[in-house]
Amino acid sequence: MPQGAARLPAPGRSPWSRLAAFVERRPDKVFPAPAIAFLLLTMLFPVAYTLYMSVQQWEFSALDPPTYIGLQNYANYLFNDPRFWPSVWRTFYFTLLAVSVETVLGVAIALIFNREFLGKGLIRTIFLFPMVATPVAIALVWATMFDPNLGVLGYFVEQLGLPPISWTSDSRWVLPSLALVDIWEWTPFITLITLAGLSSLPSEPYEAARIDGASPRQILWDLTLPMLRPTIVVAVLFRAIDALKTFDIIQVITQGGADYSSETLNIYTFQNAFNYYHLGYASAILVFFFMLVMGVSILLLRVRRAAE
Amino acid sequence: MSATVATGTRAVADQRQRSGLADWLRRIAFYALVIVILVPFLFVFYWMIINSFKTLVDAQAWPPKFFGFTPTLDNYRALFQDPSNPFLDFTINSLIIATGATVLGLLLGLPAAYSIARYKQNGLGLAILTARIMPGISFLVPLYIIFSRLGMIDTYASLIISHLIVTMPIIVWLMVGFFEDLPRELEEAARVDGAGIVGTFVRISLPLSKAGIVASAILAFIFSWNNFMFSLVLTSVNTKTLPVAVFNFMGYSSINYGAISAAAALITLPVIVLVLFVQRHIVQGLTAGGIKG
Repeated sequence: MPQGAARLPAPGRSPWSRLAAFVERRPDKVFPAPAIAFLLLTMLFPVAYTLYMSVQQWEFSALDPPTYIGLQNYANYLFNDPRFWPSVWRTFYFTLLAVSVETVLGVAIALIFNREFLGKGLIRTIFLFPMVATPVAIALVWATMFDPNLGVLGYFVEQLGLPPISWTSDSRWVLPSLALVDIWEWTPFITLITLAGLSSLPSEPYEAARIDGASPRQILWDLTLPMLRPTIVVAVLFRAIDALKTFDIIQVITQGGADYSSETLNIYTFQNAFNYYHLGYASAILVFFFMLVMGVSILLLRVRRAAE
Repeated sequence: MSATVATGTRAVADQRQRSGLADWLRRIAFYALVIVILVPFLFVFYWMIINSFKTLVDAQAWPPKFFGFTPTLDNYRALFQDPSNPFLDFTINSLIIATGATVLGLLLGLPAAYSIARYKQNGLGLAILTARIMPGISFLVPLYIIFSRLGMIDTYASLIISHLIVTMPIIVWLMVGFFEDLPRELEEAARVDGAGIVGTFVRISLPLSKAGIVASAILAFIFSWNNFMFSLVLTSVNTKTLPVAVFNFMGYSSINYGAISAAAALITLPVIVLVLFVQRHIVQGLTAGGIKG
């Protein structure tokens, strides 16, 4: 402390120079302070506020203030709400469908692209476009393509000689159709992460395998894929977390239709909060949604640790 | 041992054979495969652009017209001339909010990222990652209530604050990596010469990380520009952003595919242009920063 004491400003100096001296002494506290303050204000406080709202009944009215109703909101959606559990299963169904197809396709495409060839850089750039293009814009284009009468996808299906599909207006097809949009958007993500993983694999095991006369198929299944596993797990982790929260494309294309059959948990919470203004009820569902996303994240992080 | 020799000679023979016709066929087959993979990804963009130049009649033709129609600029003209739907105003709103959220994100995020990198504050890094994992709607419901009580709905301030939840984590996450890679010798030299920590950070560390700052700023801008959920709830007539405007637009011109496509193309174009500048950092940014939904 003697050194620090030597640097202390003489008493009577302006508060400004005292502040400057404090910054010099504790930059590890001062530098992140604004960001931490913001996080507390926009993260911790909202979480606490949501917990508080979840035990209130409130329809966003200035005349009727929130009234405390205990755990009634929770009991209502868990046991009495016919729209709640289906929305949970749909969330899982959509996530599982989209992410599994994205993973298989994304890794396969990465394995095909994993060589030097003319135009590889260009392809990498093109593969960025679906992920960064404004989701609302992309969803609108897909909505026109899904049109049951005039949509171009219907034309392709007809050309292939298949029976017509009603895409998003058919309750059985609506989630697979929306998953198709997600697959289009995010398969490149898996591909690009896998490509980065492939380029950092060590070459020694391959040389050893070649000397041992391993077939390309053996090299793929016994060498490349096991070594890639940590990379793929990370990619799946991020995709799964985001897919559970998918909002933009569903809200734009179907808003939970046809006949609620694409109403995922995120959409249902949104409806409760901002269409029906059941803010207490929505907050209670949010607690469930939040724990579900966190639970899946922790589970996947465990898997990731095991894979490493 | 003999097996090794045999594979060795076979490889040589293979190589000789490949340099001929077989090699060319192989190459053609490979490029054909590459094209088959790319077509679905490009088609959606192609369809968006081409429909934006179609008249109502051409856009509703059956079979659909993939090419060979007379292009028209009417859809774009209508977007900017319809007084009930002031597209230019929405563009300005989007620009103000995305710029505000990016600049504030840098102001908050750069010192925090520097501190995380230099003082190994992994806990803080983890807290910021949690912001990335949490569903956006769990911020939105309480923020909506608070902003309504403060009378701040449909103001730039509330929009910028909400978008900061998206932009700051991306900036922090990308910049931690950049600051960790900075050589510490230069900073130490500056300290020896009597510069304070703030002076060192502003005059040495930040200029050295210019590439990273530009990349994270562009990514943050894109995320704010693309944001839909926060803007949908928090904007109204005064601050409506492009994604919300286009979403509403679909409601009353649901059959006019040409107009919808033109609006979609106009929102997407700036993003595509910006992406070309920050290609290398995008995957990194997507794996850590930004909240979707």
